[in-house]
Amino acid sequence: MEPWEEEEGPEVVKRFMYVNRRAPYGTIYALECLEVVLVAAAFDQDVSVVFVDDGIYQLKKDQDTSGIGMKNFSKTYRALDDYDVEKIYVEKESLEKRGLTEDDLIIPVEVVAADNLRGIMAQQDVVISS
Amino acid sequence: MIMKFGILVNEGPFTHQASDSAYRFAAAAIEKGHEVSRVFFYNDGVFNANKLSEPQTDDRNLVALWSDLAKTNDIDLVVCIAAALRRGIKEEVLKDGFRISGLGQLVEAGIENDRLVVFGD
Repeated sequence: MEPWEEEEGPEVVKRFMYVNRRAPYGTIYALECLEVVLVAAAFDQDVSVVFVDDGIYQLKKDQDTSGIGMKNFSKTYRALDDYDVEKIYVEKESLEKRGLTEDDLIIPVEVVAADNLRGIMAQQDVVISS
Repeated sequence: MIMKFGILVNEGPFTHQASDSAYRFAAAAIEKGHEVSRVFFYNDGVFNANKLSEPQTDDRNLVALWSDLAKTNDIDLVVCIAAALRRGIKEEVLKDGFRISGLGQLVEAGIENDRLVVFGD
């Protein structure tokens, strides 16, 4: 192989999963987790993002934060696609329990049953939950 | 098997037990012959670095404990700059052994260690 044919990229690629479990407002966890994901995306690792429990509210369309004086950062999730973060999983049971469907979410996601999600989680090298 | 650990601390040293658990995990791992290469402080975890903290004298002082553990065992204590700035944790209030840097240091800790162990609520 000629030097110019060498593939560029990091020496180690690990599977990083970020698990969002909390509502977007009320605590800072959702916002600060999103900040981590956007930075992590620049490291050419295999990144996936999961939304479970009240975490799925982070992706709810038509958020209006004017009554609580907080910045509405929900549109930032649309940037995940620009950062090549394409594996976005939403737990099916969490969605159903809250009476929501994929159509209520601000970005396209893969809806996965808890059993399958457990399998995907088990394959990760690093799981960061918040 | 000797393992190399990175640790992520997501809570402050008083309201939650996460920092205590993280500290005890780090100390126990080192005691057993493992290596802890870096502890990354995020969310309210950045308060672990605040040298202005003054717990009562009969209470444990995690800020000092981290600093001593790092000095003895060459652990890189990294405080997230974005999380720190919005909480008023700046260079001038850092305890010895802590440094402020970016979130990339957390990702790097995930890449370079055998395990990244997360402590939070």
